[in-house]
Amino acid sequence: MDTFQFSRPTTVDQAVQLGAASPTAQQSAEVRFVAGGTTLIDLMKLNIERPRQVVDINVLPLEKIEAAPNGGLIIGALARNSDVAHHPTVQRDYPVLSQAILSGASPQLRNMATTGGNLLQRTRCIYFRDTEHACNKREPGTGCSAIEGHNRMLAILGTSKDCIATNPSDQNVALTALEATIQVQGTKGKRSIPIHEFYLLPGSTPDKETVLEPGDVILSVTLPPPVAGANSHYLKLRDRAAYEFALASAAVVLKLSGSRIQHARVALGGVGTRPWRSLEAERVLQGHTAEVATFRRASEEALKDARPASENGFKVELAKRCIVRALTMSTKTA
Amino acid sequence: MAKDPSTPPNQSVGHVSRRSFLSQLGVASLAATAPPLLASTTAPATPIVEPTATDHQLEGTVPLSLRVNGKEHHLNVDPRTTLLDCLRENLNMPGTKKGCDHGQCGACTVHVNGRRVNSCLSLAVMHPMDEITTIEGIGQPDNLHPMQAAFIEHDGYQCGYCTSGQIMSAVALLKEPVGPTDEDVKQAMYGNICRCGAYPNIVAAVQYARKQA
Repeated sequence: MDTFQFSRPTTVDQAVQLGAASPTAQQSAEVRFVAGGTTLIDLMKLNIERPRQVVDINVLPLEKIEAAPNGGLIIGALARNSDVAHHPTVQRDYPVLSQAILSGASPQLRNMATTGGNLLQRTRCIYFRDTEHACNKREPGTGCSAIEGHNRMLAILGTSKDCIATNPSDQNVALTALEATIQVQGTKGKRSIPIHEFYLLPGSTPDKETVLEPGDVILSVTLPPPVAGANSHYLKLRDRAAYEFALASAAVVLKLSGSRIQHARVALGGVGTRPWRSLEAERVLQGHTAEVATFRRASEEALKDARPASENGFKVELAKRCIVRALTMSTKTA
Repeated sequence: MAKDPSTPPNQSVGHVSRRSFLSQLGVASLAATAPPLLASTTAPATPIVEPTATDHQLEGTVPLSLRVNGKEHHLNVDPRTTLLDCLRENLNMPGTKKGCDHGQCGACTVHVNGRRVNSCLSLAVMHPMDEITTIEGIGQPDNLHPMQAAFIEHDGYQCGYCTSGQIMSAVALLKEPVGPTDEDVKQAMYGNICRCGAYPNIVAAVQYARKQA
């Protein structure tokens, strides 16, 4: 681990100012904010992140979970994953988020990891995490070792010729299905970013993962009011039942009117280069009968652009079945 | 707590414990290696110790007050020092173990303000206002925590390396929303890996202690 300066600002303004000194807020940022530390310190030990300055934001007043005036929920960026998952409002109105968070990491890590930090969780691609290998995400222009290498865990949607790394988060899949908005304060003031505009596709610049700019501090994540009468569910398929990243996962929100689908949201994890909203699947579901045949058609649409690599072709069928099963389960709890 | 938790057990004069043997070995191997393992680009090679009032701050270090097991410690640490390394190396509290050092095994589990965390993925300098509890603060050989006694009673270990982390997790789950079944305990304990595979006995120990609590 390289040496760094350490600071502990007490206001968001100070944190913004410190962060703004970095030429980028993306890979190789010279200034990094630390909250839980579960991603950043891990990557610093591996020499993948080498910030000159580490800014501890844990004393900023951003840990509250509170009702929004419009009936939604505001989750502070520093709210710990375990506090969000066990929060009574989250469990009652947004169970998909609670289920997603509890399906990831371990109890210890969830006590550390924060809502804002989890938004910025980095890929588990083994080539990204090993400086002995070429990786366009870690060192732009060096090539991608994964495309011809061990890619069983990697993405099949949103990939490019330069990167097939998966976004590993469970939380962010649920937040995508819930259409969350991310509040950010930066050098030009505050702004709100819908989660579907927050993450970038890798394209030819996989080192750029989000729209965050130097100095941007995530303040909170806002959930819209829960859809009355809707059910939500998170299903995660993985190599072992606990403490493992998803091979494929699905977060669904479904509201029926009789047997007809009135409202559907579908997001996928473990298969995309970013938390993957499937508008295609939602269009198939909207207004149609809630039955397995409809769910199958939706899953076909969701995966129609899938481009598997040498070892992860199985994920296409796995993701389809994951969608069908998650939708089926969300009708059963209706 | 019957004893000062900063005093490690089994350090009596004339008795070579596994720990004192290993630490002597460590000194010998350090002396034979150049540069020493503790050297860094900015910090001098001297191991960081608790400064006296007259000490100047060492180059490349930052002052830190850390509250561990109810006792305040005033240190100068390299900011790269993890909470785990600070406890083991700077404060001489080796009960907390280093396993994977990447938050995957749970051997380093301690409590921060009563909640279990992986001390390997946290910097010591992030905890100036926190109450840290380690296995040394949970109980001592002559005054065991009921969870420690349960692990002994139910043989919840083989080699023992993961045990302090297992116990710290198990003590924390007593205050967490965990269901009553063995399956619930397995779910709550999956952040602690035991390579010996003592899991059935660990679950039995935890369930025994929960029923007593």
